[in-house]
Amino acid sequence: MHPAIHLTLVSLIQQVLVGLGKTTTLFIVSSGLTLVLGVLRIPNISHGALYMVGAFLAYSITRMLGGGAAGFFASLLLAPLAVAFLSLLAERFLLSRLYERDHLMLLLFTFALALIFDDLVKIVWGSGYRSLPLPAMFQGSFSFLGLALPRYSLFLLCVGPLVAIGLWFLINRTKIGKISRAAAVHREMVGAVGINVGWVFAAVFMIGCFLAGLGGALVAPTQSISQGMDASIIIEAFLIVIMGGLGNVWGALLGSLIFGLTDSLGVLILPQFSIVFPYAAVIVVLLLRPSGLLKSAW
Amino acid sequence: MVAPSLSLAYRARSLLRLETLAFPTAAAVLFLLPLVLPEFYVYFAALVLVTGLFATSLNLVLGYGGMYQFHHAVFYGAGAYAFALMLAKAHAPLWPAFLFAPLVSAMLGLLIGAICVRLSKLYFGMLQLSLGSLVWAVVFRWYSFTGGGDGLHEIPLPDAISTTRGAYYLTAVVVLICMVLLYRIVNSPFGKIFQAIRDNPQRSEAIGVDIRLHQLKGEVLAAFFAGIAGALYVVVEGSVVPDMMFWTASMEVMVMCLLGGWYTFLGPLFGAAVILGLRTFAGIYTDHWPLILGIILMAVILFFPEGVLGLLLRRANSKMELSTETEPE
Repeated sequence: MHPAIHLTLVSLIQQVLVGLGKTTTLFIVSSGLTLVLGVLRIPNISHGALYMVGAFLAYSITRMLGGGAAGFFASLLLAPLAVAFLSLLAERFLLSRLYERDHLMLLLFTFALALIFDDLVKIVWGSGYRSLPLPAMFQGSFSFLGLALPRYSLFLLCVGPLVAIGLWFLINRTKIGKISRAAAVHREMVGAVGINVGWVFAAVFMIGCFLAGLGGALVAPTQSISQGMDASIIIEAFLIVIMGGLGNVWGALLGSLIFGLTDSLGVLILPQFSIVFPYAAVIVVLLLRPSGLLKSAW
Repeated sequence: MVAPSLSLAYRARSLLRLETLAFPTAAAVLFLLPLVLPEFYVYFAALVLVTGLFATSLNLVLGYGGMYQFHHAVFYGAGAYAFALMLAKAHAPLWPAFLFAPLVSAMLGLLIGAICVRLSKLYFGMLQLSLGSLVWAVVFRWYSFTGGGDGLHEIPLPDAISTTRGAYYLTAVVVLICMVLLYRIVNSPFGKIFQAIRDNPQRSEAIGVDIRLHQLKGEVLAAFFAGIAGALYVVVEGSVVPDMMFWTASMEVMVMCLLGGWYTFLGPLFGAAVILGLRTFAGIYTDHWPLILGIILMAVILFFPEGVLGLLLRRANSKMELSTETEPE
């Protein structure tokens, strides 16, 4: 093979892998957002803030447990759980009073939540940025057929499908999944057959926010953990959710794939403006299918 | 029994008479203010007027049109950048630059609007939020042209408006003209149809209203006035930064509309004054303004969903209704 072509091919495959790694975190965050949108009909703009809280918590938990692999894996579970608990408080005491209001009010209310979470992060962790090293087992790359595949991207590639399968099981095979799907279609009817819809909503909201926290914990070792890391992810997650169809978890998966791949491959074409490619993809998708790729839950 | 949205329209109408009376007074007060206020307050008043015009332009589509205009700050920022770039890079004279700014915003409004109006409410808002973020991202990254994250500073303004008072007078005159125009738009046949679409889209469509076309027109108009506000912001501040078109800026201006009251014409201006005042005041004592804003916003949504002016108006109205009810006795 011609060396130049070989080089292009190698960088192409590596970019695809990086893109798939990014897809994983995007999918985890946006599936949580779309779940909440589909069942509770809340455009939760504080989802990004919860992602940031998850990243900061992962930092502290890993540090507290010695900074090794054990700390890292513990943080992957504990940080999202703490975020889920925080969201449970917000849902039970505040959001649950507002379900009858229109989307605009819900959006602004979750913006208020985002402002408060952001400021709490500033109070607890200060305004500087933190960084967390990858555990030794994920450092470096794994060579395969002459390709250097970053180990952490491979790990993310295993986590993504696990979360997707877990969500599929939760939505299709468990009682709460079935109830929440029914509530997404007709919430009054679900209440009328004697199910406590309020608690179903609380549970779904918690699961959605757990995923935001998990996304934050997963990216914590790969980037600087800082104030403002919430602002871009929430817009990306919104884009993915619209592209996939509001409330459709598989749509979120498809949207994340398109977003992650166009973003990482765009870097090869126009490094400074690679951000344009995923947006262009969204515009094309919505011009062809105004309500998203897959069936919306609405 | 009147439907709630309808009675809100009545309430808004009853305020009209008050507003027409208030107009000459407002003009006089705006003219006299700088003669008695110290420099900083003149600057602050100019900023309130600019932000108030921005918020009122948002309220045209949000409050009167019932459209989910989630990312209005993009049009504000587009106007500001268009104006600043015309002056700083193209060395254009003031007035052509000033006319160019709202036209750029209106074009952007047409473009984003044309993509968004085909979609229904929440889709419209979320797509607009995303497209607006794309515009922000391009401005933020295009360092050589827009100054990137630093923005553009020390924009060359003509001497007459480079002083605080000069900037104030230009702002006051332009804002006053724009407010009168917006007021006339709201009360024109177009404005009435716009409100009809908000209150009942199905019925409006049934009587032959082209909803999409009206929403697109509203979008372009709102973007146009936001562009004027953006250019005035540059006059007042002498600089432009990408933060003014970040999505959080759009949320803040929605908070202003909500705080003042969606269904009132002057509510957004009032809300802008309150928010800017609180931010400046809080900034002296603490750097936790986001926390304060978050708590205020929650309190407003939970306890005063019609906004402060809306609430006062309802109080006034219910008193009036009481007095008319007791009249026959």
